[in-house]
Amino acid sequence: MKLTLAWMVWTVPTAIFCITIILTVIAMTIWQTVSPSMERRGFLPIPTTPGDRFFIGVLTSVYIFFAWIGLTQFALWILLLIVVCWIVVVMIWG
Amino acid sequence: MEKWPNNKAWLLVLPVFVIVAFSAIIPLMTVINYSVQDIFGPGQSLFVGTEWYRQMLGDYRLHEALWRQFLFSGLVLLIEMPLGILIALAMPKKGWGVPACLVTIALPLLIPWNTIGTIWIIFTRPDIGLFGAGMNNLLGIPFDHTARLLDAWITVMLMEVWHWTPLVALLAYAGLRAIPEAYYQAARIDGASAWSTFVYIQLPKMRGVLTIAFLLRFMDSFLIYAEPFVLTGGGPGNSTTFLSIYLVKIALLQFDLGPGGAFSLIYFVIVLLFSFIFYQALQRVGKGEKA
Repeated sequence: MKLTLAWMVWTVPTAIFCITIILTVIAMTIWQTVSPSMERRGFLPIPTTPGDRFFIGVLTSVYIFFAWIGLTQFALWILLLIVVCWIVVVMIWG
Repeated sequence: MEKWPNNKAWLLVLPVFVIVAFSAIIPLMTVINYSVQDIFGPGQSLFVGTEWYRQMLGDYRLHEALWRQFLFSGLVLLIEMPLGILIALAMPKKGWGVPACLVTIALPLLIPWNTIGTIWIIFTRPDIGLFGAGMNNLLGIPFDHTARLLDAWITVMLMEVWHWTPLVALLAYAGLRAIPEAYYQAARIDGASAWSTFVYIQLPKMRGVLTIAFLLRFMDSFLIYAEPFVLTGGGPGNSTTFLSIYLVKIALLQFDLGPGGAFSLIYFVIVLLFSFIFYQALQRVGKGEKA
């Protein structure tokens, strides 16, 4: 049996997207092992760990993406900038 | 602040993680890939960017199915939670009635979902079904779940309530049985009425199990497919087409894998958001009890 990834029909943008998320998760795991962090309160209504904040950041970003696509015609790179900034803000102060 | 304990036991979770990676993450990435392409067949696809997302997010049928889904899940919770608690309160506390009640109540939970749909098709048929024919001929109330919107909804709701209220009842019953007798004795000494015993003792003590019941019922009713598909097929018209039924129609019956992929991801993040919110609520309930 030949094992290929052809059935997954990869494209460059989706590959970058998935690899970025996987690498971030791996990096955060290593970071957490090297210097463990505590749960704390930021501007979010619940106490969160860095993993929680990353999850919340990505999940809300998906909703921002849906709103952007569904309601506006603006270019996607502006959205990318907004979303990256948003995730960074949530990660630092959330 | 507590210090983090030794986390090496997490390595034991690794095998499960690998299985989940193959059964969930790889298919999920494939769906992400599908959602940005027009798939014609094996090896033939065209990158279309966010076109399918634009199309699905603006699709009025998806909007209708989504509101229908929220209405359905809302009604399910509104009916099943109080009804399940009532049944649990009415169940006998000791003697031969306990196993008899438990088995009878649990029966609907043991029936395969497709069979449930088939049972209710026959039960509610306007010509020969016990319920349908009874409504039409004995009571003189016109009833036809294949033709009338309200009748279809009533039938689907009845089926859902009959199928899943037992789960809420069993969980609530387990919660009730876990309350120590001393609480009731104290209530009797204070001369508390049945209602205040319920509000101040039973309900707070059942909070944990009821939250789990709430979560399970919300998720299951939000993802419901087999029973309404068998019973009404999404009809009459589109009146009982829930999200999963519409999704299968797009992805498998019309074989529109691209829009189907975009739809799946929209569905997925909605489920993810609500799971996260309810999970947080559940955590908070646990913390409240500790204090």
